[in-house]
This record gives sequence, structure tokens and C-alpha cells, in this order.
Amino acid sequence: MNDKVKLEQVNIHFGRTHAVRDINMSFPENSVTAIIGPSGCGKSTLLRSMNRMHDLVPSARVTGKILVDSGDIYERGVDPVAIRRRVGMVFQKPNPFPAMSIYDNVIAGYKLNGRLPREEADEIVESCLKRVALWDEVKDRLKSNAMMLSGGQQQRLCIARTIAVKPEVILMDEPASALDPISTLKIEELIEELKERYTIIIVTHNMQQAARVSDYTAFLYMGDLVECGETKKIFTTPEEKRTEDYITGRFG
Amino acid sequence: MMNGMAFRKVKNHLMSFVMLACTLAVLIPLALIFVHIVKMGISSLSIDFFTHIPAPTGEPGGGMANGMLGSLIMIGGASLIGLPIGILGAIYLSEFGGSKMSTTIRFAADVLSGTPSIITGMVAYTLLVVPMKGFSGLAGAVALAMIMIPIVLRTTEEQLKMVPGSLREASLALGVPFWRTSLKVTLRSAMSGVLTGILLAVARIAGETAPLLFTALGNQFWSKNVMQPMAALPLQIFSFAIAPYEDWHKLAWAGALVLVSVMFGLSLTARYFSSSRQAH
Repeated sequence: MNDKVKLEQVNIHFGRTHAVRDINMSFPENSVTAIIGPSGCGKSTLLRSMNRMHDLVPSARVTGKILVDSGDIYERGVDPVAIRRRVGMVFQKPNPFPAMSIYDNVIAGYKLNGRLPREEADEIVESCLKRVALWDEVKDRLKSNAMMLSGGQQQRLCIARTIAVKPEVILMDEPASALDPISTLKIEELIEELKERYTIIIVTHNMQQAARVSDYTAFLYMGDLVECGETKKIFTTPEEKRTEDYITGRFG
Repeated sequence: MMNGMAFRKVKNHLMSFVMLACTLAVLIPLALIFVHIVKMGISSLSIDFFTHIPAPTGEPGGGMANGMLGSLIMIGGASLIGLPIGILGAIYLSEFGGSKMSTTIRFAADVLSGTPSIITGMVAYTLLVVPMKGFSGLAGAVALAMIMIPIVLRTTEEQLKMVPGSLREASLALGVPFWRTSLKVTLRSAMSGVLTGILLAVARIAGETAPLLFTALGNQFWSKNVMQPMAALPLQIFSFAIAPYEDWHKLAWAGALVLVSVMFGLSLTARYFSSSRQAH
């Protein structure tokens, strides 16, 4: 399988803090890769470097290469806005736009960037909401405010909004950690379906979740990549002692 | 033991009463002003007051229509100048600014809003009236804008800062450029609070008299040309109140009633906007 995203010697600093150290790994196309590790190990930091969200933090510095389809997204002259259109992101807490309707939230990526013809908008809204299995729940109230939805519905709306702009890679930062078990299950099923079209990289605290949804798993500890490989192997016969200790709950 | 309890209860009631009295003491002057203005002004309010310009000295009747029009024109002009500067400045402070630059601008805005308005009028006089060799509505509008800018700047900035970062991130992650995010997501989410600030700023400049004394000067006749001296409601109240004629005093009271009512209305509208935001 092709490597969609590849990290080469990635280091991330915040001021004097060295948050992520010398990461080399790759994320195969149309697969789900989980990044696991204890709080503060740099999982989210690493994830956010992959669509240049750190550009907003003045003290953050990313070195090394992050290749998406073998093009370095940190190369001089690369527009971070164009990168974020290819590499979408779903956040830990559902964050629909509160001043917009369900309908407008789905097409927010287009509306905020300009205009979108009505028929095209209708089509995008319907197909994206169907793909996140939200259509039947909201089709009669598309014009009502997005904040009326439950947390799980809001998160699926955020995923619909993300896939509406047709990204190639979707980054998910603990997408189910603020949700109840049933909503979590729905999100997990959704991830399974989405990988047919997208490359998914998911950060999670929940090791069962990593085992359930991912094809590959990377274990990060204190900013170092301890081990990465096929999920089955990481969870059954890890090579590193620290990985084994973590997944068996001996620390973290 | 019981004695101690009783003493504490008495103390509690006493302090509650003192605080209630202080609260009422705040309201009393407001109520006195309002009641007095209504009592003195209501009898002179008529259709003529809103449609006629002041009558020549000695003749009865007349109104302050030209003053109200002039005030509207100058408030509109001040808003045209002040709102873009204030709001864009606030976006800079809250979204783009480096820390040192922002601190300096914030401090300058605070000093500017603390500047006595008569000084602002003198500055506008020096900057505009002297080089243009004449008083004008334009100079009045600029003076009012200088009062408006720091108010709009600081209230807008506070509102923008209250917008959660997760919304900005949501927009950016969709591939929306930062400047569009600032305008269409951050500013829009803060809009009701920003509107409240704008209304309060308008209410504030609507009643300003001192900065207009050296700039718009006032006008006894219809004044629509912003390059000419322009009438304004507060200025007319001032000049009518110090004139030696009884019927002019009455008109001044009527003008004061109109002005206070407008400001009261603006404040209520601002309250409505901010409470509808909290309910949201």
C-alpha cells in the first residue's frame, strides 16, 4: 500500500519544551492509524503538525519533513490553507459553528470561502449527512441550529463538514472522548467506513478503541515514538517492554 | 451562645439594609433627572418641535429639527469613520497582534477614552477647523469619531477574546484562510456583543456637547452641508438654555427630553442584545 503521509525526523518545540522527538513513521493510504500514549506524550501535538495547525502558535517550531503524497508540507512557499483543504481535522470536543444551521455547517467550508450554487449545496449536504449516518435524524430540520443536536450528532456533523470539502487525509483528535458509549460506537463504525476513501489518523486515549478501529498503531511516550506497526501485532506481541507495559495497563 | 447568634443576625440585617440604601442612592439621582426632564420638557414637545427650525428671536414656536438632523448626520459620519477603525483595530488586537504592540495600542486607547471630550474638540479644531478655515460638520464628526474609536475598540476586543479558540480552529481546519476566519467566524460569533458596544458608543457620542463647540459650532438654520457649520441637538440645548428667554428655555428642556429618551432607548436596545446573547 502507498504511504499517504510520511514523517521524517520530525521534531516539535514549544519555546524551550521539546515536545516531540525525532519521529520517523508513515501512514498507509486508505487505512486507519491510531496514535496512542499517556497524556502529555505529544500525540495531539504530532497530529496537529500534520495540517500545520501549529502555525497559529508563535512559540511552536516544527522541524524535519512531513510529506503528504511525497510533498513536504513545511517547505517554503507551501500555503498552509491549501494543505488544510487536503488534510482535514476533527477535534476532541464537537465544535459546530453555533451561529449556523445544520445545513450551513455541512457546507461551511465552501460558504466561508465564497459562494456555492444552491443545487450543488443541497447535493453536498445530503450526501455528506448520509455518509455520516445523520441524514435520517436531521433531514426534517436542516435549517435549525446545529447546537440543538446531541453531542454525538454534533460530532458526526463535524465529520460531515470535514468530508464535505473532500480532503484526502482526516486527522481525528480523540473524536469520541467527549461522547457516550453509543455515540462512540457510531463514530467508530463511521471511521471504518470512511477509510475506504480517506487516510485516517486518529489520536485516542482509549486502547480498546485503537484496537477496534485501527489497522496500524503507533505508541508515543514522552515525545518519543516507541513502537509502531500493525495493530494486531502491537496489541499481541509488542517488541518493546514499554509498549507492553502501557497496553496491559501497568502505567500511563 | 444565643446572644452571639442574635447579635450576628442583627449585624446581618443592618449591613443588608446599608447596602440596599446605597443601591437606592445610585438610583435616586437617575430618577430625579428623568422625572424632572420629563416634567419640564413634555409640555413643549409638539409636532413643530420635530419639524421646524428655531423661530427668530421674539417669535413664538419653532423647534429643533435642524439640530436633530445635524446630530444624525454627524453621528452617521462619526460611525463611518469610527466603526471600521475600531472594529478592524480590535480584530488586530485580539487575533493578530504581537504582545508588545498590542499592549501599547490598548494603553493608548485607554488614555484616549479617558481624555476630556473638550480636549478632543480642541484637537479636531487644530487638525481640521484651522486648516480648512471654518467650522464644519465634518470636523464635528471627526471629533465624535475620536471619542467613539476607543470605546468600540475595547468592547469589540473583549467580545472577540470570548470566542472560543475551537471555533477558529474548526474554520481553519476546513481550509479557510485566517483573515476570513477572523471576519466570518470570530467576528460573527461575537456580533451581538459587538453591536451592544456600538450602541453604547453611539449613545455616548449622541450626548457629547463639548467636542462640537469648536468644530460643528452649531447653526440656527437647516444645515446639511458637512463643510459648513452644523446644528446639533446638544449644542442647541446648550445655547437655548443659556439664552435669556423663557420660551427658549422650554425648548431646551424639550430637547433634553428627546436626547435622554434616545439614549435611554439605545441603552435598552443594547441591553436586549447582550441579554439575548447570554440566553443563547
